[in-house]
Order: sequence, then C-alpha cells, then structure tokens
Amino acid sequence: MGLKRVVTGVFGDESFITTRLDSAIGWARKYSLFLYPFVTACCGMEYMSVSCAHYDLDRFGAALPRFSPRQADVLMVVGTISHKIAPVLVRVYEQMTEPKWVVAFGVCTCTGGFYDNYATVQGIDTLIPVDVYIPGCPPRPETVLNGLMMLQDKIQRQKQEY
Amino acid sequence: MGTVTRQLVQNFPDHILGHHQDHGDETVLVRPEALLSVAAFLKEEPALDFNVLMDLTAVDYLGRQPRFEVVYHFYSLEHRARLRVKVPLHETNPEVDSLTPFWKAANWYEREVWDMFGIRFTGHPGLKRILLYEEFEGHPLRKDYPIKRRHPLVGPSN
Repeated sequence: MGLKRVVTGVFGDESFITTRLDSAIGWARKYSLFLYPFVTACCGMEYMSVSCAHYDLDRFGAALPRFSPRQADVLMVVGTISHKIAPVLVRVYEQMTEPKWVVAFGVCTCTGGFYDNYATVQGIDTLIPVDVYIPGCPPRPETVLNGLMMLQDKIQRQKQEY
Repeated sequence: MGTVTRQLVQNFPDHILGHHQDHGDETVLVRPEALLSVAAFLKEEPALDFNVLMDLTAVDYLGRQPRFEVVYHFYSLEHRARLRVKVPLHETNPEVDSLTPFWKAANWYEREVWDMFGIRFTGHPGLKRILLYEEFEGHPLRKDYPIKRRHPLVGPSN
C-alpha cells in the first residue's frame, strides 16, 4: 500500500516502523487539511490575518483554502450566520465528502454572540455538527492556531474511516 | 422659522402640520396626502433644489396616535441645505406615496421600510422585502414584534 512505499522511500528497503493503521491515517490527515472558508463577516479579517505570513497556517499543513466544498475537508465557518444564509451553509456542509470537520470561528458562530435577535442563528451547532469552537470577538490569531491544533489532536485520536 | 420652512408654509398652508429647527436643521411635518406635491416642490423649485435623498426611514411610536412616522432627509448640493420631512401615519392603514418618481434612491429605502416596519408605498415599482426572506412573517422593527420570535428556514425555531 501507499504507506509502505512512503516508509521504504524515507527509511530505505530494510527499515520498518510499527504503528496502528488508525494512527498512521490520522497522522496523514491532520497535516493535510484543506479548509473551506465560509466567511460572512468581520471575523474574515482575522481569518485572513491568521492565514497569511505573520501567523502562517501553512506550518500546520492547512494553508490552502478550497473554494469548492467537494475538495475541502474542514468547513471553517467565519462570521455571523443569519437565518437567510443558513440553508446555504447546510448545503455546503452536505456537499463536502467524508471525512469532514467543522470549525466554528468566532463567538457568533458558536452561540450567536450578542446578536440575540430575529435575524441570527444562535450557534451553528443548531444546524450542523461542530468539532472545534473558537471563541472571541474576533478570536486572536493565537486562539485560532490553538483551535487548529486541537482539531489536529482530535483527528489524530479519532477512529478513522477509510 | 428657517427659509425652507417658510417657503413650505407659504405654499402648503393646509398640509404642513408642524415645524421646528435645531442648530440650523429644519424639520417639517407633512400630511401624507400632500407628500407627493411637497416632494415635487422641494425637487423642482430652483430656490430649494433638493436633489439628493440622503436617507429614508421610519419610527414606530407604539402607543401614540398616529403610530408611525416616515422620515425623509433631503440635501441640496446647490444650496448646501438640509431638510428633514416627517410624515405621520396611522396604524390602521400605514401607507404613503412612493418617492421613486422623484428620487431613484427611494426605491431600496422604501423596500427596507416595508420590510422592517410594514409601511406600504403606493406607486413603488416593486415593493418586496429587501433584507429578510420572503418566508419571514411580520415586520421585526415594529415595537410590538415579539423579541424572541424566530423564523428559521432550517434548524430549530429557538
């Protein structure tokens, strides 16, 4: 299989490593995250900041945003979600292929934030399952990186579907 | 009394319900029936020449009669003058003439006021909701709109 070729390529024909298959797949998956940025509001500026050179999401293997949900495996929901846009968010989530994860970026996506009104969804977890919540209005880039590392940790430890 | 107010009172003595001014900003209250003729006068009289409709919104004075007020802010680029016009409307049939024939900017403002307050504008070319979705029931900026009421398209209702 592919993993064997990688191992012999790196360590030579005579070398081997021992691991569990779940762990090896988790290791591969957590370092090649393709984000779909669902950006609706001011948190978007913070997302741009954390993606660019200063904070550099590429260090975590999560640099490349995919603007097609079919090519992405992390749905990054950034900014206030209104009831009007909610069906679109759900459709984007449904279009993503497994395995997929969802990150709620900023307090509006986590709980609705201070928009407790007729227009705003009170937390995207009322619509789709969420893996990591990143609080803040907006979150500091360090908080986002911490959230991303928590997601990587979760991916590493989870039961892998393949 | 400001110069613009004086001209309006002279030309529409029966239709100006009241007026005041503060720090040089003039405000007149106009009967809804007379809005179109007052607007035409403001736009076309060379001494006034209010060619910009800067803002159009509404206020809900719940418990007062008449309940609603539609508020127009005009600006004259030529004379660098401002004028605020208020039109009181009763709760039973909140409806007033559209200003889209005179200022195209009125189009989206009036749709927003319809969306948020449920005030209709006769003669508007396409009076439908502009911010909310068609499935939404009611007009959320009315003071008697229940603060916890939700109309989700997907997901739970609260």
